[in-house]
Amino acid sequence: MSLLEARDITKKFGGLAAVSNLSFSVEKGEILGVIGPNGSGKTTVFNCISRFFPLTSGELYFKDKRIDELPAHKICEIGIGRTFQVVKPLKRMSVEENVMAGAFLRTSSMHKARQKASEIIDFCGLEKYKYREAKSLPIPLRKRLEIARSLATEPELLLLDETCAGLNPKESEAAIALIRKIRDAGMTIIIVEHIMKVMMGISDRILAINFGSKIALGSPQEVASQPEVIKAYLGDAYA
Amino acid sequence: MKNVKLLLKLLVLVIAVILPLLIKAPYQLHIIILIFIWAIIGTSWNLLGGYTGQVSFGHAAFFGVGAYAAGLLQFHLGVSPWWGMLLGPIIAVVISLPIGMIAFRLRGPYFALAMLALGEIFRLLFINLPFTNGAKGILIMPDITSKMFYYYVGLAALALTLGVSYLIVKSKIGYYLVSIREDQDAATSLGIPTTLYKNLALIPSAFFTGLAGALYMNYVAFIDPNIVFNLTNISVMAIMVVMLGGVATTWGPTVGAALYIILGEVFRTTLGSANVLVFGVLVCVIILFLPNGIVGELDILRGFMTRKKEGATGGVKA
Repeated sequence: MSLLEARDITKKFGGLAAVSNLSFSVEKGEILGVIGPNGSGKTTVFNCISRFFPLTSGELYFKDKRIDELPAHKICEIGIGRTFQVVKPLKRMSVEENVMAGAFLRTSSMHKARQKASEIIDFCGLEKYKYREAKSLPIPLRKRLEIARSLATEPELLLLDETCAGLNPKESEAAIALIRKIRDAGMTIIIVEHIMKVMMGISDRILAINFGSKIALGSPQEVASQPEVIKAYLGDAYA
Repeated sequence: MKNVKLLLKLLVLVIAVILPLLIKAPYQLHIIILIFIWAIIGTSWNLLGGYTGQVSFGHAAFFGVGAYAAGLLQFHLGVSPWWGMLLGPIIAVVISLPIGMIAFRLRGPYFALAMLALGEIFRLLFINLPFTNGAKGILIMPDITSKMFYYYVGLAALALTLGVSYLIVKSKIGYYLVSIREDQDAATSLGIPTTLYKNLALIPSAFFTGLAGALYMNYVAFIDPNIVFNLTNISVMAIMVVMLGGVATTWGPTVGAALYIILGEVFRTTLGSANVLVFGVLVCVIILFLPNGIVGELDILRGFMTRKKEGATGGVKA
């Protein structure tokens, strides 16, 4: 049984199919990387899974239960957390309060939420910034906060949207270390990223898409050697 | 620190309780009662507009319905308008449900416009419906004329409003409301049913605004639709009171109401017909230079001071 299964999902914006007939599955405990050139539909796939966009057609199953008809806020409740490519910190709340807002999904007690938040803040290495307002954080920490906040909702499947975008090499190394740590804690991850070095190193399997369709799916080495993928990234001359 | 705060609150309460024993002049008491009513409206508005970020330009609808519930009870059935203090808030909640259903489909300025329109619809309805006595309004003969009595009723109502608002804000609901204000999409991604929680902010907000309306009816004893459903004098004034005192702060609306009413009276008595002009300029100055309101700016200042004490690590508390 796959943790998440997408069957022929399609999302059209007017006449443009941002995602068309895409099928893939995610197994428990793995990291699935999603790659593709700009505008190939990676974030749209995320938005479809997290129900921010309704599907035009196709079906999504999480633990064999159909989820493409649930309201967006239920997605988090059943165990799918997400981060945003353009980070959305709760600006005028402190780091602790941000994470607590996530923790309240599983508890109503103030004390428990605070305890949970504090554990996760330590886990993500944000303890120095616990009482800072989120709007005062620099981008690398905001990205970290996004992850911490969705971890607080205790997801089984975490969707990470360009966690390393805009970070310098040192900062992205730290981000990758955190992602590995999350995987080792037993979470399944789907990750979208542009930096190939990151993706090749971290993913168990890679899904390559272009113009919303699957062009390759397999281990990083397999995908990297596929002529279709090389064509999408470098042009016909290199395939 | 916590004890000091509690003592301070007790002190404020004690002063508030013995104040009418010291001030016997009806005029001063009248001003304080008005402050109580406006503090209740402001605190209620703050729940929805300040904490949840859903800026309502239509709170006059709840105020007016609360006032009319008390007035019509006396007018048609001869029941004491004091029952309106119970019925008014309930009816305000009842009308808030469809209002929420309509307006919460919209975000930001569109929500504000929808609320403005809904508030105006209620004003027109109460002018034209057959059972409301139309634009003639409702006049009741109050049994109690002692200002001191209304003072204590107002104080109790304000204390209740502040208490409930405080409990909501300091609970899980409060965290969810602020999350919705800061980023609705992020809130949804954290599993927060945003429409449900907006309604959870609207209901107490409507309830206590309705309570203020019913109290107003009992105290002033005359209402008509153009007074209690007034856009500028009720809906916008509710926003002003909160802006002045401090958006999303516990005491902000109360401080704002006090300043607003007192300054309004001072200007009216000293500046003659220029009072509205000076008042308007003052409001502009405050909004320009104290955008967080008086209590809000004080909070920021206090946060700044504690951070300074704790070093440059960004306010890491022990």
